[in-house]
Amino acid sequence: MPTLSEADSKQLLAAHGVPVLTERTVSSADEAARAATEIGFPVVAKLCGAAIAHKTERGLVRLALADEAAVRAATTDLLAAARPEDGEVAVLLAPMVSGTRELIAGLADDPTFGRTVMLGVGGILAEAVGDVTFRLVPITAADAEDMIDDLVTRRLFGPFRGEPPIDRTKVTDVLIGLSDAAVAHPEIVSADVNPLIVVDGAPVAVDALVEVDA
Amino acid sequence: MTSRAQDFGALFDPKGVIVAGASTHPGKFGFVALHNLLAAGYKGNVFATNLEGAPVLGVDTVADVDDLPDGEADLVFVCTPAKTNIDLLRKCAAKGVRAAFLTSAGYGEAGPEGKAAQDELVRVANELDILLAGPNGQGVISTPASMCAQIVAPYPPAGRIGIASQSGNFVSSFMNYARHYGVGVSRAVSAGNAAAVTVPDFLDFYADDPETDVGLAYVEGIADGRAFFERMRSVAERMPLVVVKGGASDVGARAAASHTGSLATDDRVFDGACRQAGVVRAATIEEAYEAAATFATQPLPKGPNVCVVSTAGGWGVVTADAISRTRGLRLLPLPDDLKAELDRHLPPRWSRNNPIDMAGGETKDTIPTVLETAARHPAVDAVVFLGMGIQGNQGRMEQEGPFYPDHGLERIVGYHERQDRRFTETAAALSKDVGKPILTATELAITDRDNPAVAGCRDSGQMCYGSANRAVTALDHLWSYAGYRRRRSD
Repeated sequence: MPTLSEADSKQLLAAHGVPVLTERTVSSADEAARAATEIGFPVVAKLCGAAIAHKTERGLVRLALADEAAVRAATTDLLAAARPEDGEVAVLLAPMVSGTRELIAGLADDPTFGRTVMLGVGGILAEAVGDVTFRLVPITAADAEDMIDDLVTRRLFGPFRGEPPIDRTKVTDVLIGLSDAAVAHPEIVSADVNPLIVVDGAPVAVDALVEVDA
Repeated sequence: MTSRAQDFGALFDPKGVIVAGASTHPGKFGFVALHNLLAAGYKGNVFATNLEGAPVLGVDTVADVDDLPDGEADLVFVCTPAKTNIDLLRKCAAKGVRAAFLTSAGYGEAGPEGKAAQDELVRVANELDILLAGPNGQGVISTPASMCAQIVAPYPPAGRIGIASQSGNFVSSFMNYARHYGVGVSRAVSAGNAAAVTVPDFLDFYADDPETDVGLAYVEGIADGRAFFERMRSVAERMPLVVVKGGASDVGARAAASHTGSLATDDRVFDGACRQAGVVRAATIEEAYEAAATFATQPLPKGPNVCVVSTAGGWGVVTADAISRTRGLRLLPLPDDLKAELDRHLPPRWSRNNPIDMAGGETKDTIPTVLETAARHPAVDAVVFLGMGIQGNQGRMEQEGPFYPDHGLERIVGYHERQDRRFTETAAALSKDVGKPILTATELAITDRDNPAVAGCRDSGQMCYGSANRAVTALDHLWSYAGYRRRRSD
């Protein structure tokens, strides 16, 4: 199944209320330097393209770029790392955000029950831990609330390591947004919003991947 | 009443039943079916067919349905071979039969030929406007009609639980629990191959059935999940519905391009669908029965705050642990006014916290007084009541020992028995009075169901739980259902 590029995936989901970072797509080191200055340092640079699904595994993500020189160097490297099969590529620049808590949200298509919305505890251990919950599309606000309470580690939603509690409404907005996106786009087969980093109590999608029917 | 509801009426409240294929051989299903129907005391007309027209269990049989009177039976219970059943259905329809339960095998479970025979059966039943249950099913129970049309035991006590199952064996399991614990059943049916009428169809009927307060279902191998979900949600809007699903571990993680897809196992998606539909999902058959029995006999809690009342320490401690492990329940920190009130009834060494451990400081009336004080306090939403049956258990030992009835034993044993029975009867009456769940738990519910405390629960129409953990699990299901409904009615 084809996937949308990270930028297109985020744009699609953002249109339904999934919070994403302000990002810029650039295609040269000069453009990158200007954009990064506007965004404010530090920034993250990623190589982005419709055919690129697993950026981390290929080393196509550069974190914590602190100044113009670092941004230029990273952009040049990333563009050079593109392979012919990647098709049209660009470099995505985003502010570097950090938070202790990571969630994962998404859409999947179940062979028996059809499309579902997921919420889970994210991070690199997400699949091993498997603290996730599902509902069938479409969901109501009450369903989204229940999903938060389903999580075994829902205690993470309270104050945590000096960070404020997670704004539950902002999390339910993500879930309802995903459900709405699925309804509006029957061609969506799956979506990953991973990670959904919690910054000052508010979730923000740092990466997104939407898979569509051919 | 819709015509479909009338057809279900013919299945569950028939004015007469024809047992087709009654046998004189006590080892055959055709004998057992007639036996069970008669033994349970079915009050309607009973007819039977037998190839030789031989009497069976005192019932005169006919060789041919044509020889039966018109309009005297509206249910046929079929124990005849598959190949004869089309003809049988046509003849029954001509006699006014509106519903058929087929135990016969050799249909959808038996390869392509059987599947073809099943399709033909459904087609003919539709043509004749007969409600078709089964085939390859175990039977149908309806306690308001004193009807046990079933090729196996047991016949359960009457009650408010409506059972529908894709596996006949689990209908028996649920009803065996009902016999043991005393919380009974209104209707029960095994869907067999569910060629025409499915488990959701039966549950849909139960949801509007004045005899049924709670649904209890076993399902496996759901084909159309979306339709199943919509039916379950509609049922759960009308009555609490407890579901246990087999095959939960069938499929593990799937190969998927997305993280979400690989996390979306069958079991997690089914679990989410149940939560979204307001369906109570139980992990095991016994948990499912106990949840259903609790819905059938206890008021719904209005909040999560549980108070544990115990005659001794250890029981209370493990019950507090069990409450802390639940999804939704909370061990209520005792309010000061409740502590002060309890101080008046208990010796200074009582726990002065929740669990309320009476520390053996009981006079004749301490236990009912403390229980009532706790249950009536506005901060308490539910009570788990522990340590009952101890006196009756000692009474039993004394009664069975070599000294009974001398040495004053007869008198003290009688006192113990009356006290234990009174404690649990008080709990049941108090629960009704204050409109809060009060769950009595002791292992004696399993090890000695004649214990007077256990019998007191049963005779009051309540369940005595086999352990505090099981009571807590059942209570958690009640609260999760009540919470779901509350969040959607604001």
